[in-house]
This record gives sequence, structure tokens and C-alpha cells, in this order.
Amino acid sequence: MSARYVWRRLLQVLPVVAGIVTVGFVLVHLAPGDPVLAIAGQDGDAAYYAAMRAKFGLDQPLLTQFATYLGNVIRGDLGTSVAQGRQVTTLIAERLPATLLLTVTALVVSSISGVIIGVFTARRHQQTADTAVSVLLLTTYAAPVFWLGQLSLIVLALWLDLFPVQGMVSARSSATGLSRYIDIGWHLVLPVSVLAAKETAVVARLLRPALVEQLALPYARTARAKGLTTRRIVWVHALRRALLPAVSIVGARVGHLFAGTVIVEIIFGWPGIGRLLLTAIQSRDHPVLLGLFLLIAFSVIIANLITDFVYTLLDPRITYA
Amino acid sequence: MPRQAERNAGRGAQWLGAALLLVIGVCAFLAPLIAPTDPFALDAPVLQSPSPAFPMGTDDLGRDVFSAVVHGARASSVMALGSAALIGLVGIAVGIVSGYLGRWVDDGLMRLTELVQVLPRFFLAIVVVALFGPGLDRIIVVLGITSWPPLARIVRAEVLSMRSQEYIDSARALGARTGRILWYHLLPGVVPGAAAYLSLAVAQVLLIEASLGFIGLSDPTVMSWGLLVGNARDFIRSAWWLAMFPGAAIAIAVLGLNLVADGVVARLTRRGGSGVAVSTRSSHSAA
Repeated sequence: MSARYVWRRLLQVLPVVAGIVTVGFVLVHLAPGDPVLAIAGQDGDAAYYAAMRAKFGLDQPLLTQFATYLGNVIRGDLGTSVAQGRQVTTLIAERLPATLLLTVTALVVSSISGVIIGVFTARRHQQTADTAVSVLLLTTYAAPVFWLGQLSLIVLALWLDLFPVQGMVSARSSATGLSRYIDIGWHLVLPVSVLAAKETAVVARLLRPALVEQLALPYARTARAKGLTTRRIVWVHALRRALLPAVSIVGARVGHLFAGTVIVEIIFGWPGIGRLLLTAIQSRDHPVLLGLFLLIAFSVIIANLITDFVYTLLDPRITYA
Repeated sequence: MPRQAERNAGRGAQWLGAALLLVIGVCAFLAPLIAPTDPFALDAPVLQSPSPAFPMGTDDLGRDVFSAVVHGARASSVMALGSAALIGLVGIAVGIVSGYLGRWVDDGLMRLTELVQVLPRFFLAIVVVALFGPGLDRIIVVLGITSWPPLARIVRAEVLSMRSQEYIDSARALGARTGRILWYHLLPGVVPGAAAYLSLAVAQVLLIEASLGFIGLSDPTVMSWGLLVGNARDFIRSAWWLAMFPGAAIAIAVLGLNLVADGVVARLTRRGGSGVAVSTRSSHSAA
């Protein structure tokens, strides 16, 4: 991976970022309704509205407004929440750690389980176990996240009482140190499983055919003839090459995980950005909605960037994509 | 022998998928015959669990859930067909033009494709519905004009491999215009791969619509599975059937679309075509 590649790839990101900010800005300005009425209420007089318009820069030409907006976003200023009167970035920053805990755990869990299941099915290619697991994966892949979440909440938490129903920590618990971490981990099990289920299916379904293909190539036969164990051929030689398609979609998976996290957080009462999104929708809090949109879009861009770098490390033949 | 066995199993899965889609299609087409009760009628006792009279129970306002699920198939079908038309139109056009003309057209269109591909569609749809109000039409438009990039890439790759083949050269030598080559010689070649991707993309559209419904952004005047899912959210502890049946309907539709797509992909891969490209690209786009 040459320095030139890194720079070119970083430069490619700029127009995409600008494009996303433009999409957000255009949407807000196409939307029906006068923003001044939303800020100042219905019953002000014309002079008051004019003053408010001037105060928020709404009397400026559209391009000037766009430049101001772009500048603000670059400086990390996403505006003020209409409903709560606080900085959007502060609101998001308060909720983000809980969401990241959920998302990152699910990403790690689903990557590991996806690889294990992908290897399992590829090694039993065309056997009954392969077919059974494949059907199960396809069903998991088709089931909506909220449905899996609600059903597991009803059955595992409410009926069987195996897991906590809501929240990140037990109510009225003042535990500290290790027992607090155990408590959080216990609350994590169900949301993470629901979130990771579909992603596991995605990874396994991509890995299985790639691994089957690799194991049929001459080098795998040579390795076997040299006396290498199947385990070693699979895990050391074939897996590295077969992983490429699955690695290439990590960036996209971050996008799905955020979407899924929002749903899962609402179901399990997890104190992350999902709740923030829900209240922002209910109170028509557009700056918060737009801020969350930008946050997710930028996260996907950064994840794609990291993915591309990892990809070139795994497969040095790719110098410029 | 095992190859043959797998091929048969693959065909079985494909037919199962087609059958699932047929069931939903019939529900959509014959909804008033299958479920004569008006899905918005408030006639039944409230929050009844499933019984012979109400096979899927009733909701908090005394509406028949079975009738709602059957009629909801209509909204889903409209959404599936509408978004498929939009995605297919834009994706195939961009892919063919980009792949055949190449050079700066290709560069420009591929930059645009990259930009659209990173847009988080679920959150974009949330912002649009929150700003412009709920409605099936805007969900179709937003998801339609943001879901085409993987299709454009599949089509472009296919066109790139076809472009240098002899029959295209001979068409050009015979004096065929660019438009004719695109329409008569390149378009038929990209249809199977496009159909497979469209099937997967529509499945994602249905999932996103349902997720929007779950967070309360469905159009309350149109009976849709998303609306039912959103209504069920507040009754998760008391009425499991409200969440169970609409979710199952969505899962069946998505499973059907995936099985059919898998079948087409398997057939294309055996033929040495774009099957693998479709399966990788589509997982890529499934946000």
C-alpha cells in the first residue's frame, strides 16, 4: 500500500462528503413549511419574523446559507435542537457510547460467527448439515430486525425470563467495578444477538461459496499432497483469499448495523441514539434528524476507507481501485 | 451425483420462493375476497388473541389483524413494483451508458454512483418522511433513486465484457447507431443479472418500509405491514399477535424474493455469467 494510494483514496472522500452535506441541505430547503414559524411560533408580527430571519441568516442568498452550513458542519457544529434547545453534537455525544458498545460488539460477534459458520458449511459442502444451516441463514437474513427483536423479547425475556427486558443496567442497581460490567454484559446479550444474527448470515453466505471455490483450486490440492492437514489448508491458506468478498462489505455492514441498532435500541430500551432519533421524529426536531443522518453517512465513509486499506493489505495485487 | 442433487435442491428452493411470492400476489390481488372485513373497521372486540373468528387476533381499536395483513399485501406489492421500476430504469440506463461509452461519461457516472451508494438509505428515508410527511409515494421515490448503484455496476461490468465481442463490432460495422446497439444488442444481455439484483433490492425496500413503520413513519391512511408493525410496538407485553403476524408476512415476502434471486444467480453462475457479481454486490447494498 503506497503513500500515493492512501492520498488518492483520501482525496476521493472529499467530493462524497460534500455531496452528502449538499443532499442534507437541499432536503431541508425543499421541505414544506417556513423554518421561522417553527422557531418563533405562529403568532409573531412581521418585524419579529424579519429579525429572526436575519438572526438565523435565513435572509441571505441560498448559496451563502449553504457555505455557512458547510463551514459549520466542517467545524463540527450541527446546530441546535429545536425541541431541547441544546447543541445537536452534545446530544449525540451523550448517546453515542451506548450505541457504539452495541454496534461494535455486534460487528465483532457477527464477523467471528459468520466466519465460523461459513467455514463449517463450506467444509460440509452439499451435505445435509450444509443445507440445514443454509436454510437457517436464509431465514435469519429474511427476518426483519424488529421482528426478531420483538419475538426474542417476548419469548426469552418476558415468557422464559432468561434475560433482562429493558435497559443497559439493572434498575436501582448501584453496583460498581466488575459486577457493573457483568450487569451491562448481561443486558447486552439479547440486543447483540438480534443485531448480529442478520450480519452473521451476510458474512457466512458470502464466505461459503468463496471458500468452496478456493478449496477446489490446484494450490489446495498441492497443499494436501504435501501432507498439510485440512484444518491448516482451510484456516491458513484458503480463508485469507476467500475472506476478500466479506471484507469488502464491512463498510456497508457498518451502515446496516447503525440502522439495526436504532431499531434494537427502541425495542430493548437501550440508552443510545435510537431513543434520540425516536423523540426527534415525534417532536419534529429536524436539526437532530439531519445531524444523525450526517453522523451515520460519515461513519459509513470512514468504515469504507478503513475497509479499502485493509483490503489492499490482504490482497497486495490491488494497488488502485 | 451430488451436483445433480444440489441442482435439484436449488430448483426446489427457487420454486418455493416463487410460491411464497405467488401467495402474497394473490392476497394483494384478491384482498377483498380473501378478507371481506374492512381492515380499518372498528367492529371487533379489542385486543382479542387469535381465535377461529379472528385468526390473527384483533388490535387495540378492534380491527381485524388478519384482514389488515391481507390488505397490507397491496401496499407492499405497489411499493415493490414501483421501486423495482425506478431502480431498474436508473440502474440499467447508467450501467449501459457508462459501460458502452466509457471515458469521461463513465468517470462521471461512476463518481455519482459512489456518492449515491454511501448514502445511508434508512436514515435518508427517515429525514425525507420527517420533513415531507408520510406517504408510500415518497418512500418509493427515495428508495428507488438511492438503490440503483449496485445494479449500475453489475450492468456496467456485463456491458464491458460484451462491448468487445464480435457481434457488437459487426453491428457497428453494419452502421447501427449507438442507440440501437444499446437497446437491441446490449440490453437483452443484462436483463437476467438485473432481475436477480432487483429481486434482492426490492426485498430491502420492503424491510426498510417496515422499519420506517416500526418507528412510526408509516402513512396512517394506507393499510401496510409497516403501519401494523408500528401499531404493535406499544403492545409488545400484552398482545404478541400484533407483532407476530405482520412481521411474519414481511419475512415471507423477503424470503421469497431472496430464494428467487438465489435461483437466478445460481443459474447465471453455472452459465459463467455475472452471478457472483450479483451476490456480492447485493449484499453490499443491503443497507
